[in-house]
Amino acid sequence: MSIIRLGLLRGNLEIKQFMRQRESVVFTLAFPVILLFIFGSVFKNTIAPGVTFSQYFVAGMVASGLVNTGFQQLAISIPMSREVGTLKRLRGTPMSPISYFIGKAIVVTAAMIFQVALLLGFGALLFGLHLPTDPSMWLRFTWLILLGSACSTVLGIAFSSVPKSGRGASAVVSPIVIILQFLSGVFFVFSDLPKWMQDIAAVFPLKWLTQGMRSVFLPDSFAMKEAGHSWELGKTALILVVWLIIGTILSIRTFKWSDE
Amino acid sequence: MTSSTAAISVRGLRKSYAGREVVSGIDLEVLPGEIFAILGPNGAGKTTTVEILEGYRERDSGDVLVLGEDPAAPQSGERTWRNRIGIVLQSVNDAADLTVAETIHHFAHYYSAAKDPDTVIGLVGLTDKSSAKVSTLSGGQRRRLDVALGIIGSPEILFLDEPTTGFDPEARRAFWELIRTLRDEGTTILLTTHYLDEAEALADRVAVINKGRVIEIATPDLLGGRADALAIVTWSEGGTAHSAEAQNPTQFIHELSARLGGEVPDLTVNRPTLEDIYLRMIGEA
Repeated sequence: MSIIRLGLLRGNLEIKQFMRQRESVVFTLAFPVILLFIFGSVFKNTIAPGVTFSQYFVAGMVASGLVNTGFQQLAISIPMSREVGTLKRLRGTPMSPISYFIGKAIVVTAAMIFQVALLLGFGALLFGLHLPTDPSMWLRFTWLILLGSACSTVLGIAFSSVPKSGRGASAVVSPIVIILQFLSGVFFVFSDLPKWMQDIAAVFPLKWLTQGMRSVFLPDSFAMKEAGHSWELGKTALILVVWLIIGTILSIRTFKWSDE
Repeated sequence: MTSSTAAISVRGLRKSYAGREVVSGIDLEVLPGEIFAILGPNGAGKTTTVEILEGYRERDSGDVLVLGEDPAAPQSGERTWRNRIGIVLQSVNDAADLTVAETIHHFAHYYSAAKDPDTVIGLVGLTDKSSAKVSTLSGGQRRRLDVALGIIGSPEILFLDEPTTGFDPEARRAFWELIRTLRDEGTTILLTTHYLDEAEALADRVAVINKGRVIEIATPDLLGGRADALAIVTWSEGGTAHSAEAQNPTQFIHELSARLGGEVPDLTVNRPTLEDIYLRMIGEA
């Protein structure tokens, strides 16, 4: 069977397994929605003319959703598969590693689509998120999602070599994601953060993704309030591409099939 | 040089970890269609040797051919080579959220000449459990699933690393029967075990490995000079236990019987067991 077809079969199997793991469904899919309810309900203040914090927050959570379903989910689940021997067993079969990664990409994409749809749906229904009507905005949204999710996926695979054990993976990965969310303007307005925090966040992709999502869902006038006084979409694309390349090279170089 | 007719051939295999040599020059040959057992204590280098043959580990030096190809870089391509071998690893705890049938049906897609998944489920005795989640299986049932995944691709060589650990006696016998069936179908089988009765019941030939070296390769009944070993005769005489090693036990008992005037009390005659021989070989007796 071809590498691609096997990859599709793996994707189907991965989705089945994902849906049967209550923890992964709750933490990866439901948790961001719960956060959206809490933050959206607490912080209803207006941060700029025609922009409430909850709108700002939803845009950031859509960007974080890509990090949760890609980076976080993979960087935790791959070390667990490695620890129990799943990866070693797969390595011993004629299945190509490429099929394995196609399968991972499929489950991540499915979870992302589901999560983004949930966040946008609840955001629009309950927290005054304006879904754009301009097709060019949806085009921008699409390239941000594609580039962001690809970046998140390869970085998750690359980072999966870092945790020393499957059980400890969550303790290593989750704090990184949460700290990055704080630094990148998900829970606070980015331009209100101290300069040094902004500088650290500017190195990582999440800051740029949240800003990009704001450019889709917030009025164009808000661009002036951003740290760079513009949406900086060109710079965003460039930084995401650089991380995509770094993540791909690291994934290929460091991926381990077993703990030895 | 390695012979091309053997299913597996190994010459001068060496492997060190962090300067400590765990495989120190192993030579062995496994013929097509035989069951070959590697016996040895923990840390003898069994698993390292087998994992080099399975293509999981790189060797430091030596020649290795499995189905005529180097496992570290099969000339026909890794997928083509892996399509011809089956591996049952020592400890896998995976796919807990899938059912037995889902797992086996999925793995069947990996191989070009896969067996019928439901037939394989029957072969390993998991038909009753085929719709059960893997996480609900007992240790022995999980092991049988491992075996099912190892044989689903109709391998020409099957590697089994301590396959019956955790089996009850009945399950072990059923498993041995399965392995013999596979051998009868022409599958070459390389198994590592530390159960001597398993090696004796299954293996056509046994290699005893200790401290990274092959001590001897022989059929189970000839291992360690077992066939030529002296018989041990024990009996009671005047209320105390006696024992003697006898070159010709029949002659010895005949004389004993004549001396004691007929029936010899508590008479036993034993050849050393495979275990006695094995323990002597690895220096534990």
